[in-house]
Amino acid sequence: MTIAPPIKREMHVVHSRGDKVFRGIVTAGAMTSLIILGLIGAFLFGRGAQVFSQYGLKFITGTNWSASTEPGIANEFGMGPMLVGTIIVSIIALTFTVPMSIAGALFIEFYAQPRVKKILTALLDLAAAIPSLIFGLWGIQVFTNIGQRWASLLGNRLGFIPIFNTISDNYGRSPFVAGCVLASLIVPITTSVAREVYSRTPRELIDTCYALGGTKWGAIKTVVLPFGKSGVVGGAMLGLGRALGETVAVYLVLNLNFRYTFKILESEGGNVASLIATRFGEASTEELTALIAAGFVLFLMTLGVNMIASAIVTRTTRT
Amino acid sequence: MKASTVSQRIESEGKIMSNTSAVLEMPEQSFAGLETRGVHAWFGNHHALSDVSLQFPARTVTGLIGPSGCGKSTFLRLLNRMHEFIPSAAMAGEVLLHGQDIYGEGVDAAAIRLKVGMVFQKPNPFPAMTIRENVVSGLKLAHIKIDNEDDLVENCLSRAGLWKEVKDRLNASGGSLSGGQQQRLCIARSLAVEPEVLLMDEPCSALDPGSTLRIEETIKELAEKITVVIVTHNMQQASRVSDYCAFFLSDGGPGALVEADQTRKMFTNPNDSRTADYVQGKFG
Repeated sequence: MTIAPPIKREMHVVHSRGDKVFRGIVTAGAMTSLIILGLIGAFLFGRGAQVFSQYGLKFITGTNWSASTEPGIANEFGMGPMLVGTIIVSIIALTFTVPMSIAGALFIEFYAQPRVKKILTALLDLAAAIPSLIFGLWGIQVFTNIGQRWASLLGNRLGFIPIFNTISDNYGRSPFVAGCVLASLIVPITTSVAREVYSRTPRELIDTCYALGGTKWGAIKTVVLPFGKSGVVGGAMLGLGRALGETVAVYLVLNLNFRYTFKILESEGGNVASLIATRFGEASTEELTALIAAGFVLFLMTLGVNMIASAIVTRTTRT
Repeated sequence: MKASTVSQRIESEGKIMSNTSAVLEMPEQSFAGLETRGVHAWFGNHHALSDVSLQFPARTVTGLIGPSGCGKSTFLRLLNRMHEFIPSAAMAGEVLLHGQDIYGEGVDAAAIRLKVGMVFQKPNPFPAMTIRENVVSGLKLAHIKIDNEDDLVENCLSRAGLWKEVKDRLNASGGSLSGGQQQRLCIARSLAVEPEVLLMDEPCSALDPGSTLRIEETIKELAEKITVVIVTHNMQQASRVSDYCAFFLSDGGPGALVEADQTRKMFTNPNDSRTADYVQGKFG
């Protein structure tokens, strides 16, 4: 006698009505933010599309941005120098931010007295939430003076290195100073993320370092820094995402200048956000379209950086 | 209360040891050099451990037993100054290593921990390191230079009973091993800095019975060369693995040492009825 093969039965997970309602609410919440993001992207692209089709790649690489109000004279829109400026200023900012944030986070987490630690943590999280405009204004007051001194020092001593080379001696309105202001703006958020990641280092791993005859610095080097590595990278990228789109600091410091420049002490430069802020008020219809297109490029850039950052942070928390 | 050997004490005082001070019966020359004299421990205002005096016999396994909250883990962490890492922790009394008070002024805690190593409850190899790097990590941390790293790695892994299983993949991540293997890797890592005493805080509580057995075998082999002090919740484990036992108990107040003796005596004919009740599983 042959035994009939087992027949698979269908199974269904049945959700109660309450479950369904709740699921609907949270799904709607999640979707709303996605939809808003999508709509912003679509709006920027839609309004700027004409510029993309008209100028093509030249919009990204071109170095001339001239809008004429008089009919008959052709407009020209190329945002290349602003893109490069965005990246340069952001790199300068990160150069200051990353070491400062790591050191600050390690101090708060491992060296500060418990009470100091509590206060600093609260202050830091608060600082990370302060609008960038406030930081920008403060930074400009401070760094056009201090940063100028640092910049002139760099220019005088290291002027033989091309990027520090400069012909003018007006350092106060240079990408270097803008980068300093930006750094003061993103240090809190980066430090905050770094501290958070360091604080999740398993206590047992740190104890093990001590139990093996290690010092505190040994434990930090062996366990804490490797553990927090990708978290800090993620935090820096989040800061960078902020830096890329930062308007005020750069707008107030830099003289907009449409030339590719890598001389970070020269009094020229700019970034995409400051371009938009500078030109928006008096823009013609056509220039407005071009500015919106520039906004779309910046939108993509920031979105990309943030996506990479969150991917890195997710990877840390998983391991 | 000062510790002395049982025979001395019976001669001098003519009575059996008090319930807060115990000395393990042993030939004088086999003293491991580690002893506590009247130690107390606090966490903030909470008095966790009271007046424990105990000497550890060399090249043996001493089990610290007792119900949860009796202060045995606290006592263990006092022995290599891990206690001080807990904020608000305090201690009194003396822990002597070869006659030197390890809590004395100017004593380098890191140097003490090199001599008195520790293995923790959960297996915790350094996640970013390979098996080989894990074994030598202690040397790097303590800035100890060695001539032949390969020999050391093989030696430590062999003593921890792991060599045969991992010799072909020393460069694999420590996290790729099973839980029991990871714990033996942690033991190997502790052995690399050549401690005289190895403290183990419930090293098998996160492992399955098979792995537990392997670790217990390893512990017994280790005790041929070094002194092992192990905290365990598990009475069977204490009877299997330890030569001496110290029974801690808290009656609601701070934990205290009830008695300490050879494991066989503790399990068959203890002096204190509370010890008998505990090892027979009547409470705890």
